[in-house]
Amino acid sequence: MLIKKTDDIKAGEITSKELYLNRRQFMATAIGAGAALAGLDILAAPRPAHALEKIPNLKKGPATFNTTEKLNSLKDITNYNNFYELGVEKTDPAENAKYLTTRPWTVEVEGEVKKPKTYSIEDIMKIAPLEERVYRMRCVEAWSMVIPWVGFPLSALIKLAEPTNNAKFVQFVTLVDPKRMPGQKPSIFGSALEWPYVEGLRMDEAMHPLAIISVGLYGEVLPAQNGAPLRLVVPWKYGFKGIKSIVKIKFVDKQPPNTWNIMQPQEYGFYSNVNPEVDHPRWTQATERRIGEFLRRKTLPFNGYGEQVASLYKGMDLKKFY
Amino acid sequence: MKPLLKPALFIVGLLPFAQLLYRFYNDDLGANPIDTITRFTGSWALIILLTSLAVTPLRRITGWHELIKLRRMIGLFAFFYATLHFSTFMVLDHFFDFPAIGKDILKRPYVTVGFTALVILTALAATSTAAMIRRLGKRWQQLHYLVYVAAIAGVIHFLWLVKSDITRPAKYGIVLALLLGYRLLIKWSPACAARLTLRSLAAPSR
Repeated sequence: MLIKKTDDIKAGEITSKELYLNRRQFMATAIGAGAALAGLDILAAPRPAHALEKIPNLKKGPATFNTTEKLNSLKDITNYNNFYELGVEKTDPAENAKYLTTRPWTVEVEGEVKKPKTYSIEDIMKIAPLEERVYRMRCVEAWSMVIPWVGFPLSALIKLAEPTNNAKFVQFVTLVDPKRMPGQKPSIFGSALEWPYVEGLRMDEAMHPLAIISVGLYGEVLPAQNGAPLRLVVPWKYGFKGIKSIVKIKFVDKQPPNTWNIMQPQEYGFYSNVNPEVDHPRWTQATERRIGEFLRRKTLPFNGYGEQVASLYKGMDLKKFY
Repeated sequence: MKPLLKPALFIVGLLPFAQLLYRFYNDDLGANPIDTITRFTGSWALIILLTSLAVTPLRRITGWHELIKLRRMIGLFAFFYATLHFSTFMVLDHFFDFPAIGKDILKRPYVTVGFTALVILTALAATSTAAMIRRLGKRWQQLHYLVYVAAIAGVIHFLWLVKSDITRPAKYGIVLALLLGYRLLIKWSPACAARLTLRSLAAPSR
């Protein structure tokens, strides 16, 4: 029997991404042709098929981390998003992505560190070699995807900052700017969430090699609706832990607040590890629907990363620390 | 009554379903089609149920009394979309996994209230024929007052399932409150309700 190793399969081979891009190309060409006929030279000028930049010199992530499961298409990954800063419906973030400009962008690294610093996004992209990490993503709403992220280990950034002994947790903060994030404007029924969106990890979780800062997907710069220009990805936790569009990373001595826990403490905890045994009070977490599949599949403890991360929680009652 | 009114309403009632089929056929149901179908059919069930509750206020306010003849069909369309909604949950979402479905209905309050609304609508649909109206006599009206419970349960079902943004269920809730409020007005101050008509609003000085 021939079993393909991760390295043999390139991300792009598996999916309908090419098709997707071709369709865009076709549409762009069609618009261009129409504009040319109408005598509109500006619109007829050649334009890139895809607005996003390719990331050069991308290396493969460790084979033990990268899943070989079928990838979700770029179309699904970029059109089915929970990113309330860009709207509460799944298709809102893709529609409102145009408002979220991500250059220039800076990230403050501060708190219990010897080397606090304000990084530009260009600096961030150079912290460590960028690699492809193909991870499962399990949303707390009981659906999942397989996503080829581009990023680098969060631990690389932490090491640069040189945390002091007081640094027990890392706090992350998202941008607040209702002009660029229209979802942050309150409706007459109030705000969807409290802004800024905040998240946190325990220091050992943050240092775990599976935890990455992502700056891209499918070999290209991260689209706005997926949390550009940089976001956290912690694949053994529910998706909402993966805070997007980060502007601040602060090292602290106490467990920092996290947005969904503030909203509904009995429904969303701090740890939020994927756990089929602990149901969300309003729906089951025992199964999930992989986007693109019909039948539900069983949810795995730690989203299938138990071998790598279960030891972080040894002796903890995960029903209590959900 | 204009002869084409009922057939026209029948076609209008099928339009959302046609749109759903069209979107399905064109692969336009998004990344999570089952979720899209669930939300779509649920929203329409609720919208049409509220529409059926708007018949009485509209009839009194506009004086267009023939509207009452359309109410049964509107109610049956609400039942139709509610049934599609539940079938989506049972077949597409859980694929006949009855233990999981039963657990959801019993354990999850938002499913419990939604299911309650469906049970009520089923009973109302089953007793909607002329023969049943005759057979049940006075009790028919009493039974059909349960439509208020179904509508309240429907709105609560929606309210309890959203994660944080209550804008949409709140809008349905406001409409429902107005529709139920009008009935309280009829009960407590019939004279005031009687003055709330297009005719008297157009000539208030008399």
